[in-house]
Amino acid sequence: MSDLSNNKPETGAFFQRDRAWHAPALTPGYKTSVLRSPQKALLSLDGTISEITGPVFGHSILGDLDNDLIHNFAKDGESAIGERIIVHGRVLDERGKPVSGALLEFWQANAGGRYRHKKESYLAALDPNFGGCGRTITGEDGSYRFRTIRPGAYPWPNGVNDWRPAHIHFSIFGHGFAQRLITQMYFEGDPMIWKCPIVTTIPDRRAIEQLIAPLDWANTIPMDARAYKFDIVLRGRRSTLFENRMEGN
Amino acid sequence: MVQDLGYLKESPSQTAGPYVHIGCTPNFAGITGVYETDLGTTMVNDRTLGERITVRGRVIDGAGVPLKDALVEIWQADAAGFYNSPSDLRGTADPNFTGWGRCPTGADDGIFTFETIKPGRAPYKDGRKMAPHITVWIVARGINIGLHTRMYFADEAEANAEDPLLARIEHRHRVATLVAPREGSVYTFDIHLQGDKETVFLDI
Repeated sequence: MSDLSNNKPETGAFFQRDRAWHAPALTPGYKTSVLRSPQKALLSLDGTISEITGPVFGHSILGDLDNDLIHNFAKDGESAIGERIIVHGRVLDERGKPVSGALLEFWQANAGGRYRHKKESYLAALDPNFGGCGRTITGEDGSYRFRTIRPGAYPWPNGVNDWRPAHIHFSIFGHGFAQRLITQMYFEGDPMIWKCPIVTTIPDRRAIEQLIAPLDWANTIPMDARAYKFDIVLRGRRSTLFENRMEGN
Repeated sequence: MVQDLGYLKESPSQTAGPYVHIGCTPNFAGITGVYETDLGTTMVNDRTLGERITVRGRVIDGAGVPLKDALVEIWQADAAGFYNSPSDLRGTADPNFTGWGRCPTGADDGIFTFETIKPGRAPYKDGRKMAPHITVWIVARGINIGLHTRMYFADEAEANAEDPLLARIEHRHRVATLVAPREGSVYTFDIHLQGDKETVFLDI
């Protein structure tokens, strides 16, 4: 769908996913998972052409304000309310290689912790100038950035008094459909991270820390916006050298 | 001590949550004016090669209730078996077919629908042909990591019988969970998250 790179596309299968690093399907502390978690063993499949390929999105799909949540839903001359922040980082794979041309989509609550969604019932106010969605595509070096406001924390019906820490949702496309990932970014220093039943579905503390973006003072824009740096790692892929493949495959 | 392999760890998945539509299908969620259209709503145009089909189904929880807040994505080969991806070096895919679709399950009925074409056969790693299939990925509130599965076609019995993945399903009655029955041009693929009819999900 687009020419992203002069590099020859890679065709190796992806590294086996480390399922112990991710949350298991059944996590009773997050109640909705109880009836939505598969109970049988997954059938393992070393990637075929169907999984090592994936859709690619060209920069032509992007509008000028797609990476600016402060303005992409706001009336002309107005802007969303909240603490102005820049979120930036790189998309890498497990080998540390930059993933170029990766489509990132993000969504979040407004500064008061309210989502613009018909199923949302939190009493915090909507911001008429904030929609809550944005997207961008990584450059050759895997880098991305967008501007938004820091989302608020909000309560949700799970335990009697459960709250989500401030977070931004990310959906990421790499180069193969097997790399498809949805995750969430949290903010350095937020004590609510460790109380959240969704965060703590992830069993390993180091894995949780991988989702916490540090304040990036160096990239903070004076008199304008603080920066947070959030690197995302997608699955790596094997080299195809020495793989035993039939001709024409 | 030995050298450090230096590999990074994959970012851990987190649930897409109840508001995934805001980010992935904002127009569907009523957030208009930001993106012209929602990505993945159209896979074909008038020049797309291949037999036009509709794929329709539901994602059903362990209590038998269809999810009304799930998001389903599909990825498939074109009519000749090629993928519209730079990583498919075997040939050029139909430029009029994206191969990728995205659909939220309906807020009222929990149904997802894709207007697409029947894919051709693509090779397994050893060169054997796989039966025509569609790769399916499901996310929703309560699903901690996206679920991968495949949909096969009931009217491809011969190809299905020699498909290398279907052949690896130990409990043979479960093969049927991946095979969508056909009625007219519509294939119905209900995905069961749990229970006796639990769909075979893949660790790919």
